[in-house]
Amino acid sequence: MPKRTDIQSILLIGSGPIVIGQACEFDYSGSQACKALREEGYRVILVNSNPATIMTDPDMADRVYIEPLIPEALEEIIRIERPDTLLPTIGGQTGLNLATILFERGILEKYHVELIGADYKAIKKAEDREEFKAAMEKIDMDVPRSGLAYTIAEAKKVAGEVGFPLIIRPSYTLGGTGASVAYNIEEFEVLAQRGLESSMISEILIEESVIGWKEFELEVMRDRRDNVVIICSIENFDPMGIHTGDSITVAPAQTLTDREYQAMRDAAIRIIREIGVDTGGSNIQFGVNQDTGRMVVIEMNPRVSRSSALASKATGFPIAKIAAKLAIGYTLDEIPNDITQKTPASFEPTIDYCVVKIPRFAFEKFKGTDETLTVSMKSVGEAMSIGRTFKEALQKGLRSLEIGTFGIENRRLPGIEDPEFVRQKLAIPNNDRIFYIRHALRLGIGIDEIYGISGIDRWFLRNIEEIVEFERELEAHLKGSTGTSGPGEGLPDDLLRQAKRYGFSDRHLGDIAGWSEDAVRAWRTGQGVQSVFKLVDTCAAEFEAYTPYYYSTYESEDESRGSERKKIMILGGGPNRIGQGIEFDYCCVHAAFALKDLGYETIMVNSNPETVSTDYDTSDKLYFEPLTLENVLDIAEREKPDGVIVQFGGQTPLNLAVALKKAGVNIIGTTPENIDIAEDRDKFKSLLQKLALTQPENGIAVSFEEAKEVANTIGYPVVVRPSYVLGGRAMEIVYTEVDLESFMARAAEASPERPILIDKFLEDALEIDVDAVADGEGCVVAGIMEHIEEAGIHSGDSASVLPPYSLDDQVIERIKLHTYKLARELNVVGLMNIQYAVKNDVIYVLEVNPRASRTVPFVSKATGVQWAKVAAKLMAGMRLKDLGIEKEVEVGHVAVKESVFPFNKFYGVDTILGPEMKSTGEVMGIDASFGEAFWKAQLGAGQNLPSQGNVLLSVKNKDKRNVIFIAKKLSDLGFGILATRGTGKVLANNGIPVKVVNKVSEGRPHIADMIKNDEISLIINTPSGRNPKLDEVSIRASAVQYKIPYTTTISGAQAVVNAIESMKRGSLRVKALQDYYL
Amino acid sequence: MMKGFVALEDGTVFEGKGLGVAGEREGEIVFNTSMTGYQEIMTDPSYKGQIVTMTYPLIGNYGVNAEDVESGGPKVEGFIAREFSKITSNFRAQDDLLSYLEKHNIIALEEVDTRALTKHIRAKGAMKAVISTVDHDKESLVAKARASQGIVGRDLVKEVTCGAPYAFDAPAGDPEPPCSGPSVVVMDFGVKMNILRMLKRAGCRVTVVPASTTSEDVLAMNPDGVLLSNGPGDPEGVPYAIQEIRKLIGTIPIFGICLGQQLLGLAYGGKTYKLKFGHRGANQPIKELATGKVYITSENHGFAVDLSSIQNEPMRATHVNLNDNTVEGLEHEVHPVFSVQFHPEASPGPHDSYGLFQKFKDMMEGFTKNKR
Repeated sequence: MPKRTDIQSILLIGSGPIVIGQACEFDYSGSQACKALREEGYRVILVNSNPATIMTDPDMADRVYIEPLIPEALEEIIRIERPDTLLPTIGGQTGLNLATILFERGILEKYHVELIGADYKAIKKAEDREEFKAAMEKIDMDVPRSGLAYTIAEAKKVAGEVGFPLIIRPSYTLGGTGASVAYNIEEFEVLAQRGLESSMISEILIEESVIGWKEFELEVMRDRRDNVVIICSIENFDPMGIHTGDSITVAPAQTLTDREYQAMRDAAIRIIREIGVDTGGSNIQFGVNQDTGRMVVIEMNPRVSRSSALASKATGFPIAKIAAKLAIGYTLDEIPNDITQKTPASFEPTIDYCVVKIPRFAFEKFKGTDETLTVSMKSVGEAMSIGRTFKEALQKGLRSLEIGTFGIENRRLPGIEDPEFVRQKLAIPNNDRIFYIRHALRLGIGIDEIYGISGIDRWFLRNIEEIVEFERELEAHLKGSTGTSGPGEGLPDDLLRQAKRYGFSDRHLGDIAGWSEDAVRAWRTGQGVQSVFKLVDTCAAEFEAYTPYYYSTYESEDESRGSERKKIMILGGGPNRIGQGIEFDYCCVHAAFALKDLGYETIMVNSNPETVSTDYDTSDKLYFEPLTLENVLDIAEREKPDGVIVQFGGQTPLNLAVALKKAGVNIIGTTPENIDIAEDRDKFKSLLQKLALTQPENGIAVSFEEAKEVANTIGYPVVVRPSYVLGGRAMEIVYTEVDLESFMARAAEASPERPILIDKFLEDALEIDVDAVADGEGCVVAGIMEHIEEAGIHSGDSASVLPPYSLDDQVIERIKLHTYKLARELNVVGLMNIQYAVKNDVIYVLEVNPRASRTVPFVSKATGVQWAKVAAKLMAGMRLKDLGIEKEVEVGHVAVKESVFPFNKFYGVDTILGPEMKSTGEVMGIDASFGEAFWKAQLGAGQNLPSQGNVLLSVKNKDKRNVIFIAKKLSDLGFGILATRGTGKVLANNGIPVKVVNKVSEGRPHIADMIKNDEISLIINTPSGRNPKLDEVSIRASAVQYKIPYTTTISGAQAVVNAIESMKRGSLRVKALQDYYL
Repeated sequence: MMKGFVALEDGTVFEGKGLGVAGEREGEIVFNTSMTGYQEIMTDPSYKGQIVTMTYPLIGNYGVNAEDVESGGPKVEGFIAREFSKITSNFRAQDDLLSYLEKHNIIALEEVDTRALTKHIRAKGAMKAVISTVDHDKESLVAKARASQGIVGRDLVKEVTCGAPYAFDAPAGDPEPPCSGPSVVVMDFGVKMNILRMLKRAGCRVTVVPASTTSEDVLAMNPDGVLLSNGPGDPEGVPYAIQEIRKLIGTIPIFGICLGQQLLGLAYGGKTYKLKFGHRGANQPIKELATGKVYITSENHGFAVDLSSIQNEPMRATHVNLNDNTVEGLEHEVHPVFSVQFHPEASPGPHDSYGLFQKFKDMMEGFTKNKR
């Protein structure tokens, strides 16, 4: 069937800020959909609040709106743009939920917008647990026994019927938020209550536990002619009971016979038909009992998902792109397979390798939270790896994580000698369990016992055992090797080759032999043992592949294709983590686009399956590989690129820069030496002295003794941080010597053997972020952002404004001049980010990073210039004047960036902000004035600022004076003012009507009661110091739980008041990005 | 470690590690792209005379069992994969794959760059080969491959067909099928067990007869229809069967599967040709021309019917393979005769075309009714 000609325009909704459970995979799917639909000549209207996405680039859609993802904003956009259709299935759970609301409110009907892909009925049937269960029963599908409840009383009744253990799943949440497991009635009551509260409609499903069963997923696609194909099967290494996002997963399924696999396939086809997803992709999860083979349907996502992104990267079949084409009427057989070109998309990919996905966690950022892995997702990113065997892929995947491990190895974990401790680590799912399996095997705990404790399939365990046994064999040959020609002297030839085929890294082999990685590499290549590259081609080599999408392995034949073109290799950022995520991927993608424009062949290297950079369409060649020195050098040696870009992928590629250069690789842009000057405290200090720029008093220390001395000289409070880390890892503001001591201990863990930097902390200073581009001579400032929170809050966590709203022109000019000077002195070619602090008209240089920063996409969206592209072209040798960029962009609007935090995933963690970054994502609010832009940013970040009600004020002593003005304004705006005793007294003394409320420790009714009773609509609570009082922590935690907007800084509170004022003045207006740049 | 080799007639040799039994066998080298179903594949009699390379690298994970067999035992001449599992993990497993291969005296190789081998077959075509763990001399092996008899023109059917007619009973565990359904004679050219099971499941009474059975003997059994089964090798290698089929067409409903379709094509005066490397896998997209629907099918064939060569009969294509547009289904416009090149019984593979067994049943019932 040809594409539909009765429709002209399509509205797409993105997934908003990066949060746990919803990351850049939806930028990947959304960007693919935009491209696919525009290619067909449709007018595409895109809405997303996340500026760090490729999909919100103004050239991705005809109309791009960076507006909050709320029904009011969407209605306004629909009213203006009048799209014919809405494709709700590419924007994750957020996009799907929003489409549902728009339908339910009659907005789609009012403006005659048709839902394509999945209609309302299908969405409801898949998403509403009761309807889904009924649908499954109708087609004779086995599902876990369960019942719905809307109150605790109902919940208890259902629990009695189903029996323990059971799973509590709130309806309508993403990433399984709020889902939990209860083993007894006591636990159940608490968890059920929490579940009811987190559900959008106060509904929970209480379900028979299938914990410990095998878990599988199928990615299914259907077209309007009812053709259905399975794109990929996925088997979870971790059994049921751990969210699939937190599980190690493997593609394809490994332990199903064809009979079982086909039964699952038949079930998936019946399910997608019964649910009624007309066109597009769905993800269906199954549980299988390993003893009886009983198969139950767990759930279905009637949309593209994290798993579909993984399946796309794992097979080479672009699910989102095809889904978009199907939505506008094509059938699968009418769409060509990009990779083979000659065959159609109506087939089922088959692969000739093994894919392993491993989640990456960030528990170190959220001290005090429960680190047990459960049915609620907690990981912040993932790495995917491809190998010819599971063993190879697993070891490649582990080193792709960039957690300092290079395979199944020791990892210096606690308790590895204690069998009882190890058994416990196997029983309670945790992010190091894979390594404890190694230790268990080494302690002689057998596969059957490990299986019994963990439920992990014996097939996986046996494969790990083979690695462990082989490691032992290597140890026997290599340990204490005294060979002079290389570490492997005496190692039988085939053992080295076998080690590489089992996925052992040079680094790991070196560790075993006591040799350096370099030495192992030299010796290994001398032995002729080198990696080859194979293609990902959707068809297991049955047809020729035209898309150069590669992975490395150790085999006889190499399939990489040389070329005579000028080539540039771009190193990506690896798995998402806090501090390094989509923003860097955005820069890498832009680099690829820009260099393609200039006629270069572009080569992308990355290990993150969620990203746009790992779309085979983004660059000319894609290498899906770990970003380790060994793997990158292997590619560089094969491809011999003319230049390599390390400054766009965050800290990951930067950490490789020096070693790559040493190995003869040409790093383009700012030289590694100059990057090093900016990172090296001493060199940097003399640089600033030379330029007569000011920095906060500072010093450097390796030991606690040294640190103590420095701090005493400078005077407390001081900011302390390890060098060479991103996202403010382990960075803290220290007020006392005791705190300093404990910090030193932790820092040594985060960045061993690196010095600790100690700075004077500038209290109450303004913090300024500057992004600039330079060509070695000239420099242009891309954007100056003023942080809303004062200095001391990590720049990645602070809200910020472009242009600055409280700096005078003269200070801005001086900041620009400082920036030019620094760019020139460091010979910056490409991007540079500088953090300044301004206090009493003195400008302090806090930090200079001659590389892409997290704010580049935000600045690009705010100014209408794609700065990463500009930078890439400069790195390729162009000049600013060639690009017509000779002066700063003046904007006539205001853009506010607000950060989004994962506190709702980490119960009990304090939500205060500090120098260590904790946010996972960001949104942008853009409008004519600061108040409106800030309001939109808050809305985008999920903070529904109130226009009436009560505000609770509770601030530390230092802030008491500043809070008076804020309270006065709020009172004038009609809010009731509540305050804790101390704050209340100050306000009352200043003539503000205030009601004093009890802290939790002061008797009832207290603040927590009032929050629960919905008597508080805004909370302003500043922390009282390094160790916040328990009371404060509980206030902030309740605010997160009950979704009450809160702010923990005075400057943040001022901005909030400003926004509320704007809000009360008028209704939300929307405007396409394209219209801002005119 | 036992070294092992597979040597091709064009002089290419791939090295691997021999597992299980030592020995040497000749056969045509082919690849199969299914990710599941190795036991069904190796026991499929159509692989007689062939050395099969699995493109999926991890084989043997779920072991073997007594149910997932398509015939009494493995029929392949040799079996090659990247890695055979050292553990079996499945609730139905009764044995591990390697012991099974050993028991049946099948040579297996692992540690082979199976992707390179597959690409070679794709580029150069399926060809004569030798698999050996005993002869390590590459030149000698290539010479043996060249001297081997190959499958073109050869009658491999006689090696896998049954010795005498037998009634097929439903396998244990199947719902008791009604015995009143049409009676089908299956001409066994190397029939896969699941074809028989599917006929049973559709409610047919099934009698299996040897490939050499004459048309008179078939008709004497008074069946409602005849199924021409799948089987190994070159259809031109079994002229005796073609002759008998020619006598059957027009007199009785006929359903041909795989080799059965090729034999029908020849019986109608057409020609068959050898595909470069064939279709072997469980992901082949087939379009049903009448409806435009796409079915994902299981396939295993190296030869195909050239429809244009059937000139004097109103034969039309009902299905095409969307990958290369080859004819995958035929139907006679007058005779109650139809056939498919793919495997509707799947096993291994998708169940999308199970409906064809019902179609055959309906055809038989309609034909019998009209006759009365």
